[in-house]
Amino acid sequence: MIVHLRQPRREVDVRGGRPARAVLNELGLAAEGHIVICNGTLVPSDTVLAEGDQVEIRPVVSGG
Amino acid sequence: MSKCRSCREPAVIDLPRHNANFCAEHFIQLCLRQMRRAIEDFSMFGPSDRLLVAVSGGKDSLALWDMLHMEGYSADGLYVGLGIGEYSDESGRIVRQFAAERGLVLQEIDLRNEYGFDIPTASRATRRVPCSACGLSKRHLFDDAAKRGGYDVLVTGHNLDDEAAVLFGNTLRWDVEYLRRQSPVLPAGGGFGRKAKPLVRLTEREMAAWCVVRGIDYVIEECPMAIGNRHLAYKEALAGIERSSPGVTASFFLGYLDRMAPLLAAAVEHDDPVPCRRCGAPTSAEGEDCAFCRLATTSSSHDPVPVRVVLDRRGRKAFDEQWGVPEGESDG
Ligand code: SF4
Ligand SMILES: [Zn+2]
Ligand SMILES: [Zn+2]
Repeated sequence: MIVHLRQPRREVDVRGGRPARAVLNELGLAAEGHIVICNGTLVPSDTVLAEGDQVEIRPVVSGG
Repeated sequence: MSKCRSCREPAVIDLPRHNANFCAEHFIQLCLRQMRRAIEDFSMFGPSDRLLVAVSGGKDSLALWDMLHMEGYSADGLYVGLGIGEYSDESGRIVRQFAAERGLVLQEIDLRNEYGFDIPTASRATRRVPCSACGLSKRHLFDDAAKRGGYDVLVTGHNLDDEAAVLFGNTLRWDVEYLRRQSPVLPAGGGFGRKAKPLVRLTEREMAAWCVVRGIDYVIEECPMAIGNRHLAYKEALAGIERSSPGVTASFFLGYLDRMAPLLAAAVEHDDPVPCRRCGAPTSAEGEDCAFCRLATTSSSHDPVPVRVVLDRRGRKAFDEQWGVPEGESDG
């Protein structure tokens, strides 16, 4: 499953078929500091992300 | 799959500090309710006031403008072009598009064109860290634009996490004067107009979620100057505590406003400002230029400095990953 990450913009290939929270953990990203968008829709962190899903994980912390 | 606390439909977001999940519609209701409550609790403004919203292109200010618009307020936008390379170019594009799509009025000020300098140059010329030169310039230009445009209130998109991080920093330094001024609403006085922060009851994750749910395009990439600044370090520290105690950030900041701020307001004396001899903006020293005019004088006579040059090693690395290394500027 391809996950699109930001800051910087990049893609990683991780195993699907598990909750968004598990994917965040594997990538070392804090759930409180990110939002997960699956197939264009915002999803909570217990949503199971499937292999073919379009997934984007966005950071929400800004330093301005 | 988690369900919305209000309607049991599938949720789009989990909010640990509320110990609940929400669908898109009830999430929107929750955010609007929190904003209304802030506006009322702190008597920020009323339905007939004319608002000027400082918009940066980031999630908070665009969400705020959207929310105020939804609530029927008369709110124009103000965008300041800071000249921070591609980051500023993209921010400007996004803000203009947001305003055009909704038929909203946008005022623009360009630092380089109108004042002869930009933030990287100001940082180098005055030997201030970029965010300090930037904050000083924005405060001045926002105040000035609100006054000249005859607006009743200047509103900014500072959220709960921003304010808690600032409070944390001010507390670590016991900076009593800054602590005293850290209010979600500052009444007009001493030559300044009224200022308000309607998002102080909402977190930055909630504001990012708002933008996604409402289909708002915003600048996701961080300002390159922010990398490694103290504000981010305070946010990280608070996030660490929040992880094990959801809601602690909100009680730290809102509890301060409720129980500590009134004590400070009564205890600290402050001098009345006098007008700057150059621009007329309120300042503390009689017969002198205000801090912005001093910064503008020094910076506008300095050769333009590209963004990358004022970043430290870590900032430059992040900048290059994000925007690509400009030709002839590699570290070798
Ligand atoms: S991060 Fe610093 S330099 Fe960048 S916009 Fe914010 S205050 Fe200005
Ligand atoms: Zn619902
Ligand atoms: Zn001045």
